[in-house]
Amino acid sequence: MSTGGVMTVAVWRGGPEGSAFQEFRVPGQKSQTVLDVVIWIQQYRDPTLSYRFACRVGMCGSCAMTVNGVPRWTCRTHVKRVAKTGRIEIAPLRSLPVIKDLAVDMDPFFEKWVAAEGRFHPQRTRDQPVRETKPQTRRRRQADAAIECINCAVCYAACDTVAASPDYLGPAALNRAWSLLNDDKDSGTEAILAAAGAKGGCHSCHAMGSCTRFCPNELDPMASIAGLKRASIAAALKRKG
Amino acid sequence: MPEVRLALLQKLTALVMLPLVAGHIAVMIYAVQGGLTAAEILGRTQGSLAWALFYGLFAVAVSIHAAIGLRAVLHETLALGGRALAAVTWLIFLGLLALGLRAVWAVTAA
Ligand code: SF4
Ligand code: SF4
Ligand code: FES
Repeated sequence: MSTGGVMTVAVWRGGPEGSAFQEFRVPGQKSQTVLDVVIWIQQYRDPTLSYRFACRVGMCGSCAMTVNGVPRWTCRTHVKRVAKTGRIEIAPLRSLPVIKDLAVDMDPFFEKWVAAEGRFHPQRTRDQPVRETKPQTRRRRQADAAIECINCAVCYAACDTVAASPDYLGPAALNRAWSLLNDDKDSGTEAILAAAGAKGGCHSCHAMGSCTRFCPNELDPMASIAGLKRASIAAALKRKG
Repeated sequence: MPEVRLALLQKLTALVMLPLVAGHIAVMIYAVQGGLTAAEILGRTQGSLAWALFYGLFAVAVSIHAAIGLRAVLHETLALGGRALAAVTWLIFLGLLALGLRAVWAVTAA
């Protein structure tokens, strides 16, 4: 199903108190994205449909949903890639509380970023000169490799460990923590390693790689977490020795 | 115990088991040439402090390693946590250790 024709779109409707899929018939268009489909339904069939988006170009990270069982950025997912059978199923992201329809509550996701110390720990004040960074050092390259995350929670929804154990901080938060650990401008090394080595930290990861498989930005949170595991164990050994 | 210590312990016990498993399999292949009898095995192990230490260490490492692994499984599948999880983990560790050491004793005691 790509141009012309009509596709069947099942959309998850409702909130925490009860929900079910509702089917819509949506006309196919050229270069149509899944987000276009959702917007069409809201504009032409049901203005009460709730969902989130902003940039439409894969920059803001707000449009992630579960499309035919797979977490995706809906603005960067073409209908023709997912509607092979002429049917699309659109649901909210997994592992986050549903507010209504396709909009999930992102609070637990961001609370875990804070718990993972995935926030900048400045060394200097605004009155001091900015510290120089050398782009070619190994640490800086590691920080850069993980830095392009746009907080979309696709990896978080893809992670079976998050689904099974609600206290696990998850791939996005730990990926950011790893980026900061390698950032010479960040002074939070001890706090980051303490969070990584604590309950729900990096050692809960099973390294099965769903995060890396599904990150639309082609980041590698699994590798970042492996780096955190090494750093955390090295720090634990140092404390003993 | 913080998670990182458990992770460390699990990796260390894996390192301990690696040569022990290799040694166990090597001796098995060597010993099985020309048939194997219980008497032959016991002849080698009974009264041997070396074999008692070899398999004793293995039993200890397995008990620690497996208890930590099962702890993760229990946490994720049964949502066990806190003291209950710690208690079950200790129980698994002690149970495996008792079974393992009893077996080692049975084949190495003179
Ligand atoms: S590699 Fe780790 S963080 Fe990534 S999906 Fe698997 S368990 Fe989750
Ligand atoms: S790591 Fe990738 S999938 Fe995960 S939140 Fe960041 S951009 Fe999204
Ligand atoms: S709408 Fe911004 S990433 Fe999709």
